[in-house]
Amino acid sequence: MTGEVKHSSPARPDRPPPPAGKHPSGRRTWRQSLRRDWQLYSLAVLPVTFFLVFRYLPMIGNVIAFRRFQPGGSVLGEHWVGLRYVQMFLEDPTFWQVFRNTLWIGLLTLAFCFPIPIVLALLLNEVRTRALKRFVQSVSYLPHFLSVVIVAGMTMQMLSGDGPVNHALTYLGHDKISFLQEAGWFRTVYVSSEIWQTAGWGTILYLAALTTIDQDLYEAARIDGANRWQQMWHVTLPGIRPTMITLLILNIGAFMAVGFEKIMLLYNPLTYSTGDVVSTYLYRTGIESNSFSYAAAIGLFEAVIGLVLITTANRLSRRTVGTSLW
Amino acid sequence: MHAVSRGYRVFQTVNAVILTGVVVVTLYPFINIIARSFSAESQIRAGEVNLWPKGFNLTTYKIIATDGMFWRNYGNTVLYTVVGTAVAMALTTVYAYVLSKKDLKGRGVLIGIAVFTMFFSGGLIPNYVLISSLGMKNSLWAIVVPNAISVFNLLVMKAFFESLPSELEEAAQIDGLSTYGILFRIVLPLSKAVIATMTLFYAVSFWNSWFSAFLYLDKAELLPVTVYLRNLIAGASGGVSAGADTEQLSQVAANIQSVTIVLTALPILCVYPFVQRYFVSGVMLGAVKG
Repeated sequence: MTGEVKHSSPARPDRPPPPAGKHPSGRRTWRQSLRRDWQLYSLAVLPVTFFLVFRYLPMIGNVIAFRRFQPGGSVLGEHWVGLRYVQMFLEDPTFWQVFRNTLWIGLLTLAFCFPIPIVLALLLNEVRTRALKRFVQSVSYLPHFLSVVIVAGMTMQMLSGDGPVNHALTYLGHDKISFLQEAGWFRTVYVSSEIWQTAGWGTILYLAALTTIDQDLYEAARIDGANRWQQMWHVTLPGIRPTMITLLILNIGAFMAVGFEKIMLLYNPLTYSTGDVVSTYLYRTGIESNSFSYAAAIGLFEAVIGLVLITTANRLSRRTVGTSLW
Repeated sequence: MHAVSRGYRVFQTVNAVILTGVVVVTLYPFINIIARSFSAESQIRAGEVNLWPKGFNLTTYKIIATDGMFWRNYGNTVLYTVVGTAVAMALTTVYAYVLSKKDLKGRGVLIGIAVFTMFFSGGLIPNYVLISSLGMKNSLWAIVVPNAISVFNLLVMKAFFESLPSELEEAAQIDGLSTYGILFRIVLPLSKAVIATMTLFYAVSFWNSWFSAFLYLDKAELLPVTVYLRNLIAGASGGVSAGADTEQLSQVAANIQSVTIVLTALPILCVYPFVQRYFVSGVMLGAVKG
């Protein structure tokens, strides 16, 4: 360490404190910056390498969607085939079915998993007993910390023929339902387990936003004669609006990739007709059937839609309500 | 809050009922799984196990306890979690520190490189091809390296470093410390809280992860316990190999999923009450900076 210090000391006069050492023009040139901050840049080498190799290289790797790939051959494929694979999936009826399923599951997830945490946060906010509030919070966060494998396993146990849900059904004189084998139940099962796992954790950011609302606003509203409901409508909700918008944009951005891991764990050939989504179909064609180029084309389509969705949502919200992610 | 109206009192009661319902719905599956894991096969099959074990039975626990593969996979999970967290923390911390330097030339580009990956990713297939062609399949590195930096954690740490008083670092610089020296001797000791929180974030995510392992590891002895559990619930493996008689086997078939779920979730459930508040503060810190 001492050697390091000595070595870099000639550069010392060039460093801050105060602006004395800066380039006359006010901005440093690259040469000066490199000399001054070479240690900082050296720290960035590994992380930047990580991003380039494991995040950006796969983006480039998507060219195999336009080239014929052979396992064992070149990573980027053997020769150009143009839009052949894109055309293939656009003409593939299974693709359109999984696309519809993706939209359905995505919409249902958005319709339930986005508003429920808001309502829950508003209810929690009205609890005056601190201990009770903290207890409810601690309990509701818990499922978030479990592996999706455990959540899927628990869902299956709860819904199995000898599980508590079917036990309750028979107790009420209803026939047993094989929730996990019937395609008609898949969306309900998936969305319910998603709510169970995420609702509590989702309240955190809203509760944080709620504490930042100026109490004087409530005072003023009361003086103006607003009742509790009106206070919530005119003070509380506008107060958490930026948080709501941010999370909504993020949710929309994740729309195409809906619950990939959980669906992988919960679905089976009997429920493919409602449960199979773009990303699971892509997994099966790509990894299980080795059609890498075909699956890469689907994956690229998925990623582009995701990017378009999130940028559109962001632009819309910046125009209309003035809040945006970037 | 002075004049409490009648309507508000009614609301408070309804609210308490709803929140109690939330607590019950959240906790019930846990209690039920634990009860099942200790129950006898006949009563599980009859659907009689709810909140309390019926026909107390430890057979499956005993069989799992002697199942070499389960413990091997459990050990793998510990190994992947420890190595993964260490690598991830090292990379995330140094990069967050670099990004927190406001007058660093090229900082915007360095941040952009990270943030863009939140919105666009290469996708499953190119990643799979990349990991395969790097020869990382069936090794620890396939689990650890591709998940080494979470951009969310990176931004949280960056925000934290930015909030440290810059005078301290300037003083250290005048005293002759190099950038490395400042990072290791001044900044990191001041950042124990955020380091602890981020370590927890990474540790939990490595502990819980299954898909990388499922994708890149083919050999049973390399799998983490989450994939062991996944294979159980997908019915892809009988789980227990050891020679057991028919009665034992049917007992095991009835509650092995519950037992495995309980054992896999156990470490998280044990540390949860103590670490939960760190997570909450970490998420809120992240929220400040979007």
